[in-house]
Amino acid sequence: MPPEVVDVPLRIVRTSRRHDSATRHVSGSATYIDDMPEPHGTLHLAPGGAPVARGKIKSVDLDAVRAAPGVVRVLTAADIPGTNDVSPVVGDDPALADGEVQFHGQVVFAVVAETREAARRAVKLAKIEIDAETPLVTVDEALSADLNILPEYRFTTGEVGAALAASPHRLDGTLRIGGQEHFYLEGQVALAVPGEDEMLVYSSTQHPSELQALVAHMLKLPQAAVTVEVRRMGGAFGGKESQAAQWGALAALAARLTGRACKMRLDRDDDMIMTGKRHDFRADYQLGFDGEGRLNGYDVLLSSRCGYSADLSQGINDRAMFHADNAYYLPAANILSKRMKTHTVSNTAFRGFGGPQGMMAIERAMDDIAWTLGLDPLDVRIRNLYGDGRDMTPYGMRVTDNISPELIAGLERSSDYRARRKAIAAFNADSPIIKRGIALTPVKFGISFTNTFLNQGGALVHVYKDGTVHLNHGGTEMGQGLFVKIAQVVAEEFGIDLEHVKITATTTAKVPNTSPTAASSGTDINGMAAQSAARIIKDRLTDFAASFYNVPREQVAFRENKVFYGNHSVAFSELILRAHVGQVSLSSTGFYKTPDLTWDQAKAHGRPFYYFSYGAACSEVMIDTLTGEMKVERIDILHDVGKSLNPAIDIGQIEGGFVQGMGWLTAEELVYDAKGRLLTHAPSTYKIPTSSDVPADFRVALFDGANREATIYRSKAVGEPPLMLAISVFCAVADAIHSLAPGRRVPLDAPATPESILRAVKAVAQH
Amino acid sequence: MPMRRDIQFMRNGRVVHLDGPPMLTLLDYLRLHEHATGTKEGCAEGDCGACTVVLRRVSGGEIVYQPVNSCILLAGQADGADVITVEDLAEGSALHPVQQAMVDKHGSQCGFCTPGFVMALFGLYHAPHRANLDRHAVNDWIAGNLCRCTGYRPIVDAALAACGDDGNDKFAKQDDAAARALAALDDDADVFAGTDQRFFAAPASIAALATLYQQHPDATLIGGATDVGLWITKQLRDLPKIIWLGRVKDLDGIADTDAAITFGAAVSQEAARRHLAAIDPDAGEMMRRFASLQVRNAGTIGGNIANGSPIGDTPPVLIALGATLMLQAGNATRTLPLENFFIAYGKQDRAKGEFVHSVSVPKLKPNERFRCYKVSKRFDQDISAVLAAFKVTLDGNRIADARIAFGGMAGTPKRAAATEAALRGLDLGKPETWDTAIAKLDSDYQPLTDQRGSSAYRSEVARGLLRKALIEIGGKPTQATRVVGIREAANAS
Repeated sequence: MPPEVVDVPLRIVRTSRRHDSATRHVSGSATYIDDMPEPHGTLHLAPGGAPVARGKIKSVDLDAVRAAPGVVRVLTAADIPGTNDVSPVVGDDPALADGEVQFHGQVVFAVVAETREAARRAVKLAKIEIDAETPLVTVDEALSADLNILPEYRFTTGEVGAALAASPHRLDGTLRIGGQEHFYLEGQVALAVPGEDEMLVYSSTQHPSELQALVAHMLKLPQAAVTVEVRRMGGAFGGKESQAAQWGALAALAARLTGRACKMRLDRDDDMIMTGKRHDFRADYQLGFDGEGRLNGYDVLLSSRCGYSADLSQGINDRAMFHADNAYYLPAANILSKRMKTHTVSNTAFRGFGGPQGMMAIERAMDDIAWTLGLDPLDVRIRNLYGDGRDMTPYGMRVTDNISPELIAGLERSSDYRARRKAIAAFNADSPIIKRGIALTPVKFGISFTNTFLNQGGALVHVYKDGTVHLNHGGTEMGQGLFVKIAQVVAEEFGIDLEHVKITATTTAKVPNTSPTAASSGTDINGMAAQSAARIIKDRLTDFAASFYNVPREQVAFRENKVFYGNHSVAFSELILRAHVGQVSLSSTGFYKTPDLTWDQAKAHGRPFYYFSYGAACSEVMIDTLTGEMKVERIDILHDVGKSLNPAIDIGQIEGGFVQGMGWLTAEELVYDAKGRLLTHAPSTYKIPTSSDVPADFRVALFDGANREATIYRSKAVGEPPLMLAISVFCAVADAIHSLAPGRRVPLDAPATPESILRAVKAVAQH
Repeated sequence: MPMRRDIQFMRNGRVVHLDGPPMLTLLDYLRLHEHATGTKEGCAEGDCGACTVVLRRVSGGEIVYQPVNSCILLAGQADGADVITVEDLAEGSALHPVQQAMVDKHGSQCGFCTPGFVMALFGLYHAPHRANLDRHAVNDWIAGNLCRCTGYRPIVDAALAACGDDGNDKFAKQDDAAARALAALDDDADVFAGTDQRFFAAPASIAALATLYQQHPDATLIGGATDVGLWITKQLRDLPKIIWLGRVKDLDGIADTDAAITFGAAVSQEAARRHLAAIDPDAGEMMRRFASLQVRNAGTIGGNIANGSPIGDTPPVLIALGATLMLQAGNATRTLPLENFFIAYGKQDRAKGEFVHSVSVPKLKPNERFRCYKVSKRFDQDISAVLAAFKVTLDGNRIADARIAFGGMAGTPKRAAATEAALRGLDLGKPETWDTAIAKLDSDYQPLTDQRGSSAYRSEVARGLLRKALIEIGGKPTQATRVVGIREAANAS
């Protein structure tokens, strides 16, 4: 591993700092888009959704809508001057349905009215006639019809057929993995303000540059005439990466057509019906393994419900494949992905981006092996980890930073796993109704956009005459603490206190052509870009100070709000003023691209990831075998964030990600009826975790180690990986059920709702 | 009786007068009329708590701080209260202790749920039990606040840290002045804001309510509006005539005698919870779980009955306990067994102009045992897939009689007549003899399949719960039979 390159004591980075907006959050003064003072005469939009899931539009009668009180205008596809598309890649997401509808709730028209209430009331007056066809709703239905939204894709390594055939033990199985609603607390919202020949859109989006381009295409404007700005989002989790665009684009369209500012904020139910979710998957697999539980071959088909359009499904399903190995070496593997088209909302990015679903299948495989051979599932997992001579992934990337064995061993000790497993067995032997279970599962998550070109970041830094710093970069703040981390980097560079760095709203006008804030990459790419910008200015200041004070460059140092030269120092702000008088440019852009990535999509081979983030979790649960109810009793986590830029923020990401993952795999259940209607479209029916679902005994520690790659201060990405730690909860539930009939495989599907658990309990008991 | 033509409540020491519109929510009043945007709309149905504000009122001579969901509370329901929002807590640049604790413990990430949490914790800061809080108590207090970012641990830490001080914040210091100001608002007037065609009315007496409802039998009665609020925000229904029961004197009384407890219809679910817990800890635990604190503070026991929902959680519990309902129309009252009130799905035995007056719940006799269970995807603040309630009368180790009621198993809360009959005479010491009686549940109930559970699952759970109840009544401690709602813990505390 290369040595640490940091040669000066660090004061700002690698310290716990509160979220830059924490005081505003608790005071109610953090401004979200719906809180902004509205421009005079602001109009409000409400969407009108398709009443059925699939069919040709026969007629849309909007006369009563237009005549309703307060209605200014009604938008349909015919009103769009340019391209009717809000898709991220393929061009298959109309902002307003044209000719046909492909999912229940697809937006057919939008009402523009003086008030939001007037717009919502008017929507109900529409008469839409559709020549309804039978929708394909589930993955199974789409597989039967062989309806794909994107071509299938495959990784192969070794000769899996031969490996399976030669294995002393073979199994096959199917696991169903549910989807997940993002349930960001701030729903989708945008405010468009028309200019002379320009459009300014405030949008709660993770991807301002994409919205900028889509609005430009829709309104036939040059991209230079469209600005998208976002100060903060009230949560996003992937749900505002591509699917914030429609609402921003419709608001912009309305603003263009009416000449007035237009706001679109979705009602929660509309939001849940009209925006995509985490893909649900079906995994069909075959395993071949030896008597010690080591895999010889793994053949898996990952089929996902993509919904009616492609959205980001290529990258998501690719990432499921990239994580089909999780932390385990597969000597021979066939990983096949089918991306199924259904007549449901288009599923989209969600924290983990397909990775969690890929991991779920191999973690079930580990349990299957353990149950079959009568081994402790942890031993099976440990035996299958990457290691010396077992370090090649199924996609041709060598795992060179493998810390899984050490990390798992540490958690095994600190969680007291072995003793607790014994105690649980003793408890279960005496407890006919309540059964306990425990599981320790690893996470290895690849960091970088697998679409390699996206791995670039930009920043813009100005230093003003009073020594304060204006920081802007391409990343967006959705609560993850990106802004404070990058401000720490810039403050460290200039040797000034954090409060002298002014964090500013993300805008396409300051940093152009940005990548989405996604793939856990926000700090990695934008932090480096901001550091680069700061260093460029600092270099100029160093040159200036060396010349002005007549000292060698090496004797100029920035720290404690001062600039030291020789044995003297000057206040940072004073040097800035002198530099300005000395005609030094105090502004710079910064740019970064992740090095060393080589992914060949056609050959399915290369190095798609700069590095891996690791972690492991041990969860203990108890279940009620009469009702299927489940309670999580204790969680232990050891997680790798490299050298943490901000431990408090990182621990927040780990805990929050874990609980979100736990919700995905337990209580959060998306239910569609046979007609393709989502029945769980409100928090009354869709249940994310509450505080009491989190056990009091929740122990979280950071793994002590630096990133071996030269990331920003040797930190690692943290946004997504912790979500997958929650697979330990699911496996612990399966372990509890397994205690009812040791040796039998547990057919538990996700989410492990009480009904799903009771079904599995009955299945193993009645076998 | 004097008549007042407007709604009046306090905001930051000033009296606000409103005369409509009747369906205006408190949240819309704050955000659209005051342009006070600190309070957020997360779901507009009372399930996420982002819109939580605190109503400071005088109740029984004491100042109380009640967190409520402003998204489904009508502005008129704030009548007589001091409405406190997140913007009001800090003193200049000095944050309130709960705000400071949230900052110090890293309790916010995206920040959108944070104002709601801050206000819930502000209520907790002023709660009587603030001195002896544990994580469990905090969890219950914030069960109505959803956070998608943090995983809650730092928020619970913040609650415990903030409530560790002496509680003497600027509001406590003003309590006397606030009490005087609120007393000045507390007139005996019948409130009638609006016209005969569109109004928000809040009669002050049962007689005035009876008269008004006879005049306007098409009006919508609201207790807490925790369901009716959604008719407004989600179904966009027009409810031109609203009569709120929250000012009706003597409709919020609780008469607790040796034999029974009688709850006035407008008794809050939170107040009822404490009394039902004294009848049996399971009843108290059900009341705790089925609604968040914000909903329990606003929602009423009469509302949960009159609403007639097949998945309301209180009716099965009260039916199993043998409750009787009193209805009033004009000056006339009548009583009936609660189970007879529920005729069919969406249909109750309530005549035009008739309202729920009170419900009377017998206490358990020494030879009676009670158990109830709520099964849902999430423990707190979730609608039940199955709600089961059992009252068993014992004759030694034998079952002399049983009253069983289920929610979620039929179009109404419904008793299990066949099962009750089959249970009579069973020996609790002989589990091998129970199967026939338990199987009778399948003839009592043919549940539906919906998003909360399949028909088969509901039936399976119903049988499992009856078996569980018999095991427990037979003497098994609930640590061995439950994952939540341990009775021994409730009895100990």
